[in-house]
Amino acid sequence: MSETPPEPAAAPQRSPLHDVHVEAGAAFTEFAGWSMPLRYSGDLAEHRAVRTAAGLFDLSHMAEIVVVGPEAPQALDAALLGEPSAMSVGQARYTLLLNEQGGVLDDLVVYRTGDDRYLVVANAANREVAATALEERAQGFDAVVQDETEEVGLLALQGPVALDVLLEAEGFAVEGDGDVTEAHFRERLAALGNYRFLAALWEGHPVLIARTGYTGERGYELYAAPSLLPRLWRALLELGAGSGVVPVGLAARDTLRLEAGMPLYGHELTESTLPHQAGLGRLVKPAKAADYPGRSAVEGASGGRVLIGLVAEGRRAARAGHPVLAGDREVGVVTSGVLSPTLGTPVAMAYVDQDAADADLAVDVRGTRLPVRTVPLPFYSRKA
Amino acid sequence: MTALEDLKYTAEHEWVDADGDVATVGVTAYAAAQLGDIVYVDLPAVGDEVTAGQTVGELESTKSVGELFCPVSGEVVEVNEALSSSPEVVNSDPFGEGWLMRVRFTELPDLLDHDAYDALTGAA
Repeated sequence: MSETPPEPAAAPQRSPLHDVHVEAGAAFTEFAGWSMPLRYSGDLAEHRAVRTAAGLFDLSHMAEIVVVGPEAPQALDAALLGEPSAMSVGQARYTLLLNEQGGVLDDLVVYRTGDDRYLVVANAANREVAATALEERAQGFDAVVQDETEEVGLLALQGPVALDVLLEAEGFAVEGDGDVTEAHFRERLAALGNYRFLAALWEGHPVLIARTGYTGERGYELYAAPSLLPRLWRALLELGAGSGVVPVGLAARDTLRLEAGMPLYGHELTESTLPHQAGLGRLVKPAKAADYPGRSAVEGASGGRVLIGLVAEGRRAARAGHPVLAGDREVGVVTSGVLSPTLGTPVAMAYVDQDAADADLAVDVRGTRLPVRTVPLPFYSRKA
Repeated sequence: MTALEDLKYTAEHEWVDADGDVATVGVTAYAAAQLGDIVYVDLPAVGDEVTAGQTVGELESTKSVGELFCPVSGEVVEVNEALSSSPEVVNSDPFGEGWLMRVRFTELPDLLDHDAYDALTGAA
């Protein structure tokens, strides 16, 4: 038996947590030029831990780009689909970076960290594209774009007990509001809304704690200096061990986001995908004042294939690249698919012709016809 | 169960346990670990004529799909039916309860011995 070998490349970059992962017995994978943990104990156990307790992820490969200056809000309005100038400090937003044709260059989370300051988090694989585009589009504005990926590490703690674990942690304080007591930090953290963040200190070192994530669970992402990560990682794992918190690798991260119906760049989003096709039409703001690349192409856009959710019986999963059939006619293609660990049935996302979305569909799984049913996304939503 | 040292192996990470003219075939612990949690196993049917080197099945994990190459030529006389409901046994006991199929062969091809297979996977 054999698997498709990974592409050879130059020596991959290592996470600041590399030695911690080796110690934990992780299997590594190369992703976007980084060697990152693929799994620790096992994909299914890690997946379930996030759904029932919480998982700790090392996301140091993600790209952090800082945009700073008096005209940073205007520069980002002119660069992105969303309207960062309308965000308040402490707010995060999911948005897209488009090309002139309205295709998606990257999907991003933008954090407004100050009146004149933003943190833009891009996919590791799109780091150069995103940094270059932001820099080009910021020209003419009084704003500077800095790729700080090397200076910023990222952990995510995701799952139903994530908040409890953070509330138990010692050494945190809110930064900059005058009250540095732990009680005040805990109050602010417990009250933190979805897509909001808190500038904090842990043992005196800056940590941005955001209620954002990519798993479909309530969870937090913690941005901090790479040198701080190993201690923070160990502290959180130790605190969470009693409630079932485990380290989680990229394999389970993928199955978690897929169940939650979240797009993965390179699969559901590409340079030729328009936002409405990916079900992201809500991100287009017709009332936005500033012009931005792709605007004329995405406003009022319709047509083309659309992203749908598919489920099947049995255990065999449709996979990325498998054709979607209506009768004998090929009407689409699967972009991601897996045997859902939570649901126990195969799930997949696929792009199909709009007139075929309601037809009786099947997927050609390497020569075998797998009947599928169309369902609304996401496949999994956590209980409120 | 034959000692691991006495099994034969392929470069595609199958193990072969020949007893008389019937070979039991499975995948190695190394292969199972590389795949991750196996959630679906597709095997040939009993009675199928198979040829060494041919793809005769698939092992799917949450992350990827591995092809099962047949290490010997002959007729499939038995497949491990238990794996359709419990594919995870391939991970938990790859050399025992996680066996995949039995093939009646006329001639055993040249296969790797335990040391040669260990050398291939970089094991000590």
